[in-house]
Amino acid sequence: MAIVVYLETENGNFKKSALEVSSYGRKLADETKSNLYGIAFNSDEPLKIQKYGVEKLINIKTDHVFDAKSYADLLCKTFKDLEGTLFITGSSADSRFIFPIVSISLDASYATNVIEFPSSISPLILKRSAFTNKGFVFTELKTNYKIIGILNNSFGIFESESKLEVKDYIPESLESNVQVESIKEDEEKISIADAEIVVSGGRGLKGPENWNLVEDLAKILGAATACSKPVSDMGWRPHSEHVGQTGKPVASNLYIAIGVSGAIQHLAGINASKCKVVINNDPEAPFFKAADYGVIGDAFEVVPKLIDGLKKFKSR
Amino acid sequence: MKVLVCISSVPDTTSKINFIKNETQFDKSGVQYIINPNDEFGLTRAIWLKEKESCEVHAICVGGIDTDPILRKALAIGADQAFRVDINPMDANQVAREISDFIKDKEYNLIIAGRESIDYNGGMVPGMIATLINANYVSNCVSLDVDQSNFKATRETDGGKEEISGILPLVIGGQKGLVEESDLIIPNMRGIMMSRKKPLTIIEAKFQKLQTKTVKYEKLPPKGEVKLVNPENINDLIDLLHNEAKVI
Ligand SMILES: Cc1cc2nc3c(=O)[nH]c(=O)nc-3n(C[C@H](O)[C@H](O)[C@H](O)COP(=O)(O)OP(=O)(O)OC[C@H]3O[C@@H](n4cnc5c(N)ncnc54)[C@H](O)[C@@H]3O)c2cc1C
Repeated sequence: MAIVVYLETENGNFKKSALEVSSYGRKLADETKSNLYGIAFNSDEPLKIQKYGVEKLINIKTDHVFDAKSYADLLCKTFKDLEGTLFITGSSADSRFIFPIVSISLDASYATNVIEFPSSISPLILKRSAFTNKGFVFTELKTNYKIIGILNNSFGIFESESKLEVKDYIPESLESNVQVESIKEDEEKISIADAEIVVSGGRGLKGPENWNLVEDLAKILGAATACSKPVSDMGWRPHSEHVGQTGKPVASNLYIAIGVSGAIQHLAGINASKCKVVINNDPEAPFFKAADYGVIGDAFEVVPKLIDGLKKFKSR
Repeated sequence: MKVLVCISSVPDTTSKINFIKNETQFDKSGVQYIINPNDEFGLTRAIWLKEKESCEVHAICVGGIDTDPILRKALAIGADQAFRVDINPMDANQVAREISDFIKDKEYNLIIAGRESIDYNGGMVPGMIATLINANYVSNCVSLDVDQSNFKATRETDGGKEEISGILPLVIGGQKGLVEESDLIIPNMRGIMMSRKKPLTIIEAKFQKLQTKTVKYEKLPPKGEVKLVNPENINDLIDLLHNEAKVI
């Protein structure tokens, strides 16, 4: 039996989630006395994954643009070549695009949003976040092949040295049924999915002209920026920043909400964040019941002071 | 053109989530059910297609008799026909197989599902259907244009967007952006009256074999009290985030 981890890369580097997926796989491999193998696309520094317990890495080299179906087919083929039985992946948009396809192709059961190490290994039972973070469900995977999709920032990253063998695999030229053209947003911008800190603004900020408060705070913290639903519906901010039950999910280490009331639909989407801070002038705002730290005050006064304080803190 | 919109019936977004029978069952009492929000954007997008070209829109739900009101609402919004596969679905694979089996021989050009349902958040059904029926697939779809044989869609990625184009048939996992919130069609009296005359066909379920099993549920752990920081001493917040929460 072999456990295979899908290690996502970005511009040739392993994403942070790849290290987390490896750490999870290593622990599971130790407990089940299995081997841990990895598959990556176009990794420039494959040896970097050695620290996280991967024993063999198949580095697929292709200049084919990302296309879920072709990538899924390559992953399935490589998984079978490695004689894998359990596939572990992260929760990025790309991985969630690819793995439903893999699941059908391998006839493998698949659990997404897994937040913990399995509560039972045989049978395999996984704790998943459900009801958009309003509850948990324990799901048993019953097929021979299985896929676990773990949520970012849920398990942690642990080092565990192993001997690593790297094999390049150059597939024959791929054919796509679709043309894909990627439109990158601002290169500097941190994505909500990968961010450790997210700063979010709500209707309390009164208008798009005041978003420098959110942006400046995010900049000094190295954070991604987000917003509540009405803010994106009114066009103050792009839809890609809308977080919550009907927007993007957030599972960061720190979530700072400014002028957001904390409606149940907003909280549902961001609840998986570890530490929540609210800045709101209404002490009755429901967000105070969900937050770890709160400041009751006018955002237009509090946030500039916070930015100043952080500047001093960072230069200490 | 024939369009199929896959609709999931989910607890209203304001629902309190509770479990019963020793946390082995979701507590449906007092819960209102709605069309899954991601599916609702797709449904309105489908109705718009009808206005542009001759196009028939069907809605399908895999669910028990309690999901009929959701399908009636889809008909009131403008779908021409509805279908219900009569089984209480237990996992994504089962839903995808039932819908794919239904699609077989029916020559749908476009299948619109939601990015994910807001109850179990699996996000797998559209990709599974696409694979089962061998159609093109676009997840996190925020805009869509089609003509008789081609599509051009925009997919939201973690760090930006992608334009994907190709030939139909296509399956999408849709979300807000397909249409705006303010564009969502709200059924009017005429729509509601007409929906009663439109066909809602019950289909027998075929796939009983499950790949997964729900073992139990768990509620969120109780939340501790919020720690308030005086806005005059904002450095206290920085201190707490650094030393206590260790997040900066
Ligand atoms: C089906 C459905 C799905 C939904 N999905 C989502 C979702 O995914 N995400 C989401 O966010 N919402 C969602 N909503 C909307 C949600 O119900 C709320 O309406 C929304 O979250 C409120 O946004 P807000 O907090 O920015 O605005 P408001 O509720 O208007 O709150 C603004 C807050 O700012 C505070 N404020 C005002 N001035 C200041 C100041 N000077 N300084 C500090 N604070 C100030 C106010 O006290 C208030 O608490 C959904 C609703 C429905 C019906």
